[in-house]
Amino acid sequence: MHEMSIALSIVEAVEAKAREEGAASISGIDLVIGKLAGIEAESLKFCFSAAAKGTLAEEALLQVEEPEGMGECGECGRMFPVSFYYAECPDCRSLRVKIVSGEEFLIQSITIEE
Amino acid sequence: MCDTCGCSADGGAVLRKPGLSDYHVHVTGSSGHGEHHHHEAGHDHEHHHHHEKKSRTIALEQDVLQKNNLLAQRNRGYFEARNIFALNFLSSPGSGKTSLLEKIIPALQQHIPVAVIEGDQQTTNDADRIHALGVPVIQINTGSGCHLDALMVHTAVKELELQDNSLLCIENVGNLVCPAMFDLGEALKVVIISVTEGDDKPLKYPTMFHEADICILNKIDLLPYVDFDAMKCRENALRVNHTLEWFEVSAKTGEGLPVLQEWIANKLKQH
Repeated sequence: MHEMSIALSIVEAVEAKAREEGAASISGIDLVIGKLAGIEAESLKFCFSAAAKGTLAEEALLQVEEPEGMGECGECGRMFPVSFYYAECPDCRSLRVKIVSGEEFLIQSITIEE
Repeated sequence: MCDTCGCSADGGAVLRKPGLSDYHVHVTGSSGHGEHHHHEAGHDHEHHHHHEKKSRTIALEQDVLQKNNLLAQRNRGYFEARNIFALNFLSSPGSGKTSLLEKIIPALQQHIPVAVIEGDQQTTNDADRIHALGVPVIQINTGSGCHLDALMVHTAVKELELQDNSLLCIENVGNLVCPAMFDLGEALKVVIISVTEGDDKPLKYPTMFHEADICILNKIDLLPYVDFDAMKCRENALRVNHTLEWFEVSAKTGEGLPVLQEWIANKLKQH
């Protein structure tokens, strides 16, 4: 259940930013969670409501964008979508695939009420 | 609430030392809402005094794990400055992390001083076993936490008297999922699986095997008694991570340990 400690760190980060901006509350949080980031978006949303209780983010709506993973073949250089770490190049069948995106896990933006 | 000092440590991690029942240190600041930043001045936005409600979207583009990652880099810098080689041992519960450490530490100690950080939700059982080897050890009890984070290690390192030019073994909480996400500042991640677990583990828990630098297959003395295909397991692990170093050992019989110890000793020399 690392989603709980992650939910707490999101609340901490957005609260710090909201206070800096002089916000009365946070109404929205936009997250980017790559499909390969190792985070269950649903589980995170579930934990978030508990983590945000009594904070500026208590009423915040979580919007999650989940970009697909992209791999680059180490043999032929082809780029292709991957959903697992054990991807295989569709062209040359090589397993030497480097994950180039899909592992991102960002707080993109927050919407605050003043 | 902390049962030792009665303070409120809701789910926070606690450090303990074997044989010192009064010793305990709380890891503070790992979570919660304690840090409120009030910036009164110096901002270019205006404070209007008519209170109409306005919404505003602010771009952050901040890595969620930024705080952990920054602290991990700080740990890493500390380790590098003092030439401390830190290994993060990861596995599911019961695959033999502590038994393996009990076996390899006496051999490695002949080359280099060793210290250990033990991570478990509760008890000092593992730290007691390491303490019996005469090695400096500290136990982190994570309470409800499922992984060690960089702050816990940072706090533990301050409490452990580490020597320059030494080896630090960090035994993470037994869990094949969550600890993979949290950089502690280690030089290498070591994942351990045992032959009683199933040879498809690397495919079922790919994040851990993808993040690891070394994979150790333990309990190979049991291979004749279980349906475990070591070759297939290795193949699965290498599919997830083709740069993974692979070792097959039995912490019980000692088979395969000299090869592993030699590899670690070589890494220490290059470090």
